[in-house]
Amino acid sequence: MDLDIDAESVAFRDEVREWLAAHVPTLPSMDTAEGFAAHREWEAQLADARLSVVSWPREYGGRDASLLQWVLFEEEYYAARAPGRVSQNGIFMLGPTLFAHGTQEQRDRILPAMARGEQVWAQAWSEPEAGSDIAALRSSAVRTEGGWLLSGQKTWSSRAAFADRAFGLFRTDPGERRHRGLTYLMFDLRAEGVTVRPIPQLDGEPGFAEIFLDNVFVPDADVIGEPGQGWRVAMTTANNERGLSLRSPGRFLAAANRLVDLWRSAGEPAASRDRVADAWIGARAYQLYTFGTVSRLAEGGELGPESSVNKLFWSHLDLGLHDTALDILGPHAETDRAWVEGYLFSLAGPIYGGTDQIQRNTIAERLLGLPKEARR
Amino acid sequence: MRFALSAEHRDFATSLHAYLAGADTPGAARAWAHGRHEPGLKVLRGLAELGVPALLIDEAHGGLGAGPVDLVVAFEALGYHAVPGPLVETAAVAPAALTGAAAERWLPSLAAGEAFATVPVPLALDADIAAVVVGAEVVGQPELVRSIDPTRRLFRVDAPPLTGGRAFDLGVLAVAAQLLGAGRWLLDAAVAYAKQRSQYDRLIGEYQAIRHLLADVVTHLELARPLVHAAAVTASPQDISAAKVKAGDAAYLAARTALQVHGAIGYTAGHDLGLRLTKVRALAGAWGDSGFHRERVLAR
Repeated sequence: MDLDIDAESVAFRDEVREWLAAHVPTLPSMDTAEGFAAHREWEAQLADARLSVVSWPREYGGRDASLLQWVLFEEEYYAARAPGRVSQNGIFMLGPTLFAHGTQEQRDRILPAMARGEQVWAQAWSEPEAGSDIAALRSSAVRTEGGWLLSGQKTWSSRAAFADRAFGLFRTDPGERRHRGLTYLMFDLRAEGVTVRPIPQLDGEPGFAEIFLDNVFVPDADVIGEPGQGWRVAMTTANNERGLSLRSPGRFLAAANRLVDLWRSAGEPAASRDRVADAWIGARAYQLYTFGTVSRLAEGGELGPESSVNKLFWSHLDLGLHDTALDILGPHAETDRAWVEGYLFSLAGPIYGGTDQIQRNTIAERLLGLPKEARR
Repeated sequence: MRFALSAEHRDFATSLHAYLAGADTPGAARAWAHGRHEPGLKVLRGLAELGVPALLIDEAHGGLGAGPVDLVVAFEALGYHAVPGPLVETAAVAPAALTGAAAERWLPSLAAGEAFATVPVPLALDADIAAVVVGAEVVGQPELVRSIDPTRRLFRVDAPPLTGGRAFDLGVLAVAAQLLGAGRWLLDAAVAYAKQRSQYDRLIGEYQAIRHLLADVVTHLELARPLVHAAAVTASPQDISAAKVKAGDAAYLAARTALQVHGAIGYTAGHDLGLRLTKVRALAGAWGDSGFHRERVLAR
């Protein structure tokens, strides 16, 4: 058991740190049209430095970085206060899905443009009647010559207001129920029959949107995996969202360190001492838990129900951390843009990616082996 | 980097669990609480045969020369089985605290399980059976002070309390591991009970109110463990304090939840739950309370 980082990874981390120190810009919110455009440019700049998708193979713009190096990269990225990734849905959810289930043609066509931010992906996951209960979705894909026709409605689709394409699940066999008869498809947000209606978030910006689909044609080439096997394909995506990749420990440790700095600069108020300490302890625990997961995966393990443990933990950690910061700021809290933005984002944590209540059910059944709830 | 227990560590834990599961540790703990030491001393002699008190003692003094990771693996198992006695003091603190002539004199018999040490922090556990009190010349006539946990027999001794340094940190680390183990037992017991107890014609484990309590417990225990392991690796006071705070909080959540899930049966002296419930509460305050350790976490 050790926490020693090999020389190659240390060199990589130093290179990342140096590059970020020289290049990190301050950008407007990505939930605005101009901010979105600026973020695309930043991602292209990252790609030029081969830092946009470090864990991907070289042929797709990555560096074949190990999982550990990816974690180190994320720590540096957040510590440097680099901008949030406009391509994160694609890189962290669709990307891994394509590596696991996509065809060579799909990877060659989709991944390089994704890595450069030239093609930004939205996740068309939730529907009005299917939130955490994603298997209740109703949107359909009907067979047609050379492809499928999509109909229905998706909602809470992050970045769909400005994104180029989307991926999601559609019901292809109306005779089957729940998890069966679903197919994983990609579609163009500007295709004929697609209407995107932005939904202002709490801060008023169109961070997510509704997507209406009216007989939208999708070629067979944009089906991922086998038709009807969408649920199995999607589980790769969902575990990635809750688990390792999207919520990298760097984000929380960097924020916790800033919280400690804030507390010190406020004169170390005794009233918030314990909460500040607990936020730092939680962030450190999450970092180490990730190191444990990385070590296990490096030895051939797989992500399982611990992604639910992850999600339950970080969502509380993030909210508690930002809540504490706002309390320390007191009367200045409501106008501190940086902490307010972090706080608003943290509010969504217990809701998205499967609510915390759903995660607790998953943990109870799959990790603790408790009996299933009696269904009505 | 390989931040995971080795096969050797896992085997060590397995052999400790196998031994302790068959050693009637609850019976030994209850006797110990009444000052009847023999069943407990038998358990401790068995642990000495498995090498527990010898772990941190160097080979020149008859020890194993192992490290803090072995120590936390051992203390997680000791906490799980609620083993009584001054093992934190003997196995974690004494090897670092005793030097020179005191080391020559005492470490070989501590390693062999023939003698025990205790440490004032500020009270000294089991000073009546300890051959050596760290920081004191002689044991003298210690005065028994009653603890919330009857198996923790505490004594006022005439010696300056240990409040910092490497030996103190190793004690804190062992306590954190012990808390983690106790928390894990409390969770396991609550889960097992929720799978067999019915109310309103359903297993209580089917009720979301119960499921969600238990899911929170396992989440906090799972995230406390890497802190304990990392503290053993880095030995930094910040990590050791973080481990103590988080393991204490997670174990306490496990204790409160286990009692809630068991109901009145868990509130009885006859149930093994009580052996951990009061120990967890005691250890949360002992070896530096949460306030002390949160201060250390935030120290520059």
